[in-house]
Amino acid sequence: MSDHHAELHDAWTGPAERGETAPREETVAAALETAGGDGVDAAEPAASGGPAPGAGSGVTPADAADAARLVSFGLQPKLLPARDAEYAELLRRYREDSSFARLADAVATGFGLVVLEVSPRAGMAVTAGEDSVFAVRMGDYARRAATDSADRFLHGLAHLAVAALAFPRPEDLADDGYIGRITVNGVDAFVRQACRRLAERAEEEGANTDPSTDAPGLEAAWRIYARRSSTGATKDARRLAGSTTGIIAKAVAFLADSGFLQRTGDDAGGAYRTTARYQLQVRDMAGHAALAELLELGVVPVGDGSATLVAPPDGDDLELTADAGLPFHA
Amino acid sequence: MTSPASTDAVPPQLSAGPRPALGPAADEGLARRLRALACTAPLHDLDARKANLAGEYSVYAMAEVALAAIDLVTLNMDFDTGADHEQIVSRLLPRVAAQAPARPADEHERVARWVLENLINVGSVDRGFRAVYGTFGPDGVYTRRDYDFKLVEEVPGHDGSVYLRTTDEAVNVLVGALDTDVTSAQIAAEVKLEVLISRGRLADAQLAAEQARYRTVQYAETLRRTLEATRRNVRAVDWLNAVPDLIDEALAHVADRYRHENAILTNIRKARDEAETGSDPKTAEHKRRAAELVDIVKDCIRRHTQLQSRLLEAGPLFRAEQDRQAFARPAAHTGLDLYGQLLAPLLPLPVERATRVTDAFFARGTGLRTPTSVRVGDLVDLLLTPPAERAHLGAEMPEPDLIATPDDSRFSEEQLASAKELLDLEHDAPRRLSGLLAEARRRDPDLPYLVALLAVHAASPPVGTAYRQGEERLLFAVDDGTPLDDPEFGGADLIVGTARLDAAGMAADRTEAA
Repeated sequence: MSDHHAELHDAWTGPAERGETAPREETVAAALETAGGDGVDAAEPAASGGPAPGAGSGVTPADAADAARLVSFGLQPKLLPARDAEYAELLRRYREDSSFARLADAVATGFGLVVLEVSPRAGMAVTAGEDSVFAVRMGDYARRAATDSADRFLHGLAHLAVAALAFPRPEDLADDGYIGRITVNGVDAFVRQACRRLAERAEEEGANTDPSTDAPGLEAAWRIYARRSSTGATKDARRLAGSTTGIIAKAVAFLADSGFLQRTGDDAGGAYRTTARYQLQVRDMAGHAALAELLELGVVPVGDGSATLVAPPDGDDLELTADAGLPFHA
Repeated sequence: MTSPASTDAVPPQLSAGPRPALGPAADEGLARRLRALACTAPLHDLDARKANLAGEYSVYAMAEVALAAIDLVTLNMDFDTGADHEQIVSRLLPRVAAQAPARPADEHERVARWVLENLINVGSVDRGFRAVYGTFGPDGVYTRRDYDFKLVEEVPGHDGSVYLRTTDEAVNVLVGALDTDVTSAQIAAEVKLEVLISRGRLADAQLAAEQARYRTVQYAETLRRTLEATRRNVRAVDWLNAVPDLIDEALAHVADRYRHENAILTNIRKARDEAETGSDPKTAEHKRRAAELVDIVKDCIRRHTQLQSRLLEAGPLFRAEQDRQAFARPAAHTGLDLYGQLLAPLLPLPVERATRVTDAFFARGTGLRTPTSVRVGDLVDLLLTPPAERAHLGAEMPEPDLIATPDDSRFSEEQLASAKELLDLEHDAPRRLSGLLAEARRRDPDLPYLVALLAVHAASPPVGTAYRQGEERLLFAVDDGTPLDDPEFGGADLIVGTARLDAAGMAADRTEAA
């Protein structure tokens, strides 16, 4: 233990001398002091019970290094605590030692990260804040999306649709034990059916949904998706990148890379299952951010939290189900 | 088409004059017809554009090939997948070849592919077509609108390959007037068919049967979508009444159609078999058409059976899903309804506004990426590293561990050579087997067995093989009834001889046959 700490001391003073990271560490240290001050009472039992260095008295650079190490584990989303003893130990310390927890939180905040959950199942689940260097930008994600508004929308929609199909019911999103399963073709078919239903509804109402040539931005969103071909043959037998299954496949591959999905097979364009991190990300970050945006547009009637996917009223259902292929009543 | 009317504000004194259009209601019908017209445009376009192709292609009727292609794709659309791209091309070839028999086969294939690719419209990112037309809104303002449609679309199959399907637009262009109740239209078509058969008008009957099959395909497609969707979320479906009713109705429908089509099948078979007078060409034509009709109705029955098995699977699937979803422990708190509260309200929005929502979801839903930072030292190394050789031949094969099998041949090579030498007879001097055996016995006591074996084989000489390989000599043996007198062998004393074969003549025959 002492050797370990000595090494970390070096690591601690090393970068600080370069001056580049020093201000950030000062903020961390400042945060620690307030954290330590607040956390004294709470940390007292832990300090008496176990070897929690620095509890109550102040924080050593070694603690800060451990906290940063925990955050660095959190930055590797595919790493499972169950597979790494050091990760598991730091997690245990986070949960038992509240001052250490505050320290780790402060390190994460300093890096522009948001801590979603710290638990044995999800690990140190952190995600990037909006302006963080760790944030994913649409332009980096897909080059065409930067210039083409239709592609930009489709890439965003693909991520939303993957989440919607991974957690089809509100209960699924709320239930920590739930594991969603999706396939690429399944997501595509799902969105396509939703679009088809809207097309039929528009037709029933006799509305002309063809957009004005002068104002393509006013075209209904579902038409963009319905228009894009779902797949296409290419010369080298790869998936057509601009097709909707290509866009969805890109989204799920990216999410798998983020440790949000795990590939389970090649059926139907690629089968995946969700991880605890993805559930947290969708539940605590993405879902509410998107909902807030939608509310700002003044579109969504504010729900009372109950399910909107309810059984259809009597008499309305049969023809609708038979024709629309989508038994949802939004 | 008329020129677009001005959208400028009209001076008031002129507004009393004739309006450019009768209003939105009349315009709606016009828009519908314009859209229908647009669906045929890609076909005309093919004939217009064939002049631009490198080569003399004006002899081909491209629109005809295109309609045939749409026909083929529609008929090959299976319950699960669509039509195979290569299969469609190969089935188009006879028609293309018939249009220009003198042209080379690879040109025919190029034409078939060109037509099919243009029906998919491979060149555009949407792989579809767009037509522009204009309408007057309720406020009298003229607006140009984009109408997007597809004729043949590519869909993913279960095995990851790409299949072709005709769209509703294409089916409507092809068959026309499909905008009616599927069930009743089918019943009407079948009644018509029965009447036509009873009057012996089989040509019309075939047309009607083919149309019935188009409708069968469309009906199966509708049900496939329904089942796929209901499989997804059991809760939103009225399990108590609606779904069982739906399945019952569909099953009853299948049973009804099955009975009906079997009756038709029996009738046509009777028509086919009773039209037995082979001399009359007209009756022969009737017979052929009846046979085709039998195939079509058989295909209809096959599709109904497929539909039925899918319907029978639906019940257990619903029960399993209900167990999983409805009887689970209720969650402590409700979460966000991603579909109902986000996706569903989002899709009808204008894309400009919807993008704001998807952007927000994307920004916070993708998690994090650790930015890669490059050290100059690594970069230099990276740039100077020669690219890794890509293995063209795949992984190296392990050296197979071979075990030498012991030579357990009954006869040695020398014995075989000796026996061959013995049997190498002049073509005009056949010998008795007994003499050959005696001579062999003098050379080697074991040799007679080999000679006898070869002689017996020669009793049924491999003439076909010798013919194909162009051999000049063939060993043969004939039994003339003389018994063999030998201490070791019994049977007939064969006459063994060599026949000379006409190698040159056989070679000529072979090339002729090929």
